[in-house]
Amino acid sequence: MKYGILIDITRCIGCYACEEACAQRWGNPITEAHKLSSIQNTAVIDYNGVYVSRLCMHCEKPTCASACPVGAFQKTSLGPVIYDPSKCLGCRYCMQACPFDIPKYQWDKLNPKVTKCDMCYERIKAGNVPACVEACPAEARTFGKRDELIEEAKRRINENPETYYPHIFGLKEAGGTSVLYLADRPMQKLGFKANLPEVPLSLFTEQIMSKIPGYIFWGGTLLFGIWWITKRRDEVQRLQRKLKEMEENNKKENGK
Amino acid sequence: MKIKIPKLTFWSSVFWIIVALGIYSTILRFTKGLGAVTNLSDEFPWGLWIGFDVLCGVGLAAGGFVIAAAVYIFNLEEYKSILPSAILTAFLGYLLVIIALLFDLGKPWNIWHPIIMWNPESVMFEVAWCVMLYTTVLALEFSPFIFQKFKLEKPQKIIKSLTIPLVVAGVILSTLHQSSLGSLYLIVPEKLYPIWYSSNLPYLFFLSAVAVGPAMVTIESYLSSRAFKREIEIHILSKLAKVTAVALMVYLVLKIQDIIKYNLFSYIFTLNYEAIMFWIEFAFGVILPIILLANSRIRSSKKGLFIAQLITVLGFILNRLNVSITALENYTQANYFPKWTEITVTLFMVALGFALFRFIAKHLPIFPPEVSEKRKLLTEGFEVISIKEVFKEQT
Repeated sequence: MKYGILIDITRCIGCYACEEACAQRWGNPITEAHKLSSIQNTAVIDYNGVYVSRLCMHCEKPTCASACPVGAFQKTSLGPVIYDPSKCLGCRYCMQACPFDIPKYQWDKLNPKVTKCDMCYERIKAGNVPACVEACPAEARTFGKRDELIEEAKRRINENPETYYPHIFGLKEAGGTSVLYLADRPMQKLGFKANLPEVPLSLFTEQIMSKIPGYIFWGGTLLFGIWWITKRRDEVQRLQRKLKEMEENNKKENGK
Repeated sequence: MKIKIPKLTFWSSVFWIIVALGIYSTILRFTKGLGAVTNLSDEFPWGLWIGFDVLCGVGLAAGGFVIAAAVYIFNLEEYKSILPSAILTAFLGYLLVIIALLFDLGKPWNIWHPIIMWNPESVMFEVAWCVMLYTTVLALEFSPFIFQKFKLEKPQKIIKSLTIPLVVAGVILSTLHQSSLGSLYLIVPEKLYPIWYSSNLPYLFFLSAVAVGPAMVTIESYLSSRAFKREIEIHILSKLAKVTAVALMVYLVLKIQDIIKYNLFSYIFTLNYEAIMFWIEFAFGVILPIILLANSRIRSSKKGLFIAQLITVLGFILNRLNVSITALENYTQANYFPKWTEITVTLFMVALGFALFRFIAKHLPIFPPEVSEKRKLLTEGFEVISIKEVFKEQT
C-alpha cells in the first residue's frame, strides 16, 4: 500500500513548524533561509503571501532512481523514495535529472551526501506519520494512502469549487507523485515548471537504452562480417595476382 | 660528470606554471571539498569538469576507435602507420577522463561501485561500464608496444591473436558510450534549452565524435612532427579529413532536421545569449569545417589541413560546452562560470596529456621507422615533405 502526503496550499499559514520538525528529525540546524538545501529537506517558500511548502515529490517512477548508476535511490513499497549514501559515488546525475530539483548536495563536506526528504520512512514503517505532517497546526499537510488522498482532494475541489483551482498537482505530473498539491491557482504560478511532461522522464532514456542489447548483437555481427569480407577480398586479390604472374611466366616460357 | 640544465623555453615554463597551479588546486580539492574549488551549486551540479574534461575528453579520444576500425575492420592498411599514435592518444585521453572524474566525483573512492552495484536502466551506468571496458581494451591494444620494448614475445603473440575481437569490442563500446554521453541529457527535456534538446542527441554526439577523432589525429600528427622532427603523412591525413567532412555533413543534415522537427526557428533567430552561442557553434564548428575540408587544395596543404581540423576540434568543444553548460543556464538561472581552480585543474589534465604523450612517444616505438616510410611513399609516388620545409613555413 502506497502512502503519500496531500499539501493544501490554501490552508498553510506560514508558521514554519514543518521546517522545524524536519530539521529536528534530521538533526539539522534551524535556518531562516526557507529554501531547500543540504540542511533543509522541506521548506516553505513565500510567493507574495502564498506559502508553498516544498519537499521531495516521491515520484511513482522516480527520475533519480532511474538516473543513478549504482541504484542508490529506491522507490519503496510504502511510497517513499529513499537514498543510500553508502552506495553513492557522488556523480550528481540525480540532481541534474530530477524534474523538481529536489536532491541537494553537501558541497563543503569531504564525504558529501545527497540530501532530500525521505517522507520519514522509518517513522512510516513504525506506523507513525511524517514529522512535518505531525507538526502542522493548520492541517495543511495530510498523510495517508495515495488513493485515499486523491479522493480527499477531489472531494475538497467539488465541495469548494470557488476556493480551489480544479487540478490535483502530482496526479499525473512526471508520471505521478506520492506528494500531491491543491491550490487556488495553477502550481505553475507557484514556482513549479510549466513544461513538465505527464510521463515518467525515465521514458526518454529508456527508449534509447532498450536498443543497446540489439545493437551489441547486430553491430558485432556486422563488424565481423565486414572484417571477413575485406579480409577475403584481400586474399582473393593476392591469389589473382599470383595467378596472373604464373600465367605470364607460362606465356614467357611458351614463347621461348 | 657534466650536469645538463634543461632549457626553460616558453612552452615548458607554461607547462610548469600549469602543473604548479594544478597541484595547488588538487590539494585544495581533496582537503576542502568541491565547494571550495568549484562554482558548482545545488542549482548547477555539473560544470567545466563534466563539460570539458569528461564530455570533450571522451570525444577527442575518438580517433582511437575510428582508426582501429579503418585498419582492422575495413582492412585499409595505409592507415596503419598512424594507428599506434591514435591508440596512444585515445588511451591517454581515457586515463585523463578517469583522473578528472576522481576530482569531480563527490566520493571518488566509490568510483568502482558500478562494477558490483547495478542499475542497467541508468545511462550513467552504461557510460561507466563502457568507459571501464574500453579503457581496458585500449590498454590491451597498446600493450604490444610495451611488450616489444621489453622483448616479451609470448604476451605479444597472445594479444596479436586477439586483435580482431578487441577491435570489434572497442568499436562497439565506443559507439555505445560516445552516443550515451548525449543520451545523458535525454532525461532533462524540460531543463535543456530547446535549441540543444533533441531525441537525436545520442546520434549527434556519436557523429561529432566520429568527425573529431580524425581531426585530433591530424593535430596530434602535426604537433608531433614538429616536436619529434618527423615528416607529416599528409596523404593519410587528407584522406582522414574526408571522414571528418562526411561525418559533419551527416551531422548537419540531422541538425537541420531537428530545427524543422522541433520548430526552432523562433529560438535561433532571436538575439539572445543562447542563439549567439548556437550560431558560433553551428557556423564555425559545422559549416566552416565542411567548406574547408571539402576543398582538396586545403586538404592537401599541411597548414591548411591543420587549421581546418583545429576549427573542427574547437567547434566540437564549443558544442559539448553548449549542451552541458549554456543549454542549462536559462533553466537554472545560476550564471555558472568556472572558478579559477576549476580551470587550472582542467589545464592540468591537458598538460598531463601532452607530457605523457611526449614521454611515451620518446621511449616506445609508436612512430614507424621513417626511412621505410619515405621509401614507400616515393615508390607510391607521393610527395614527401621534409621537416625543414615545415619549419621554413613557420618562419
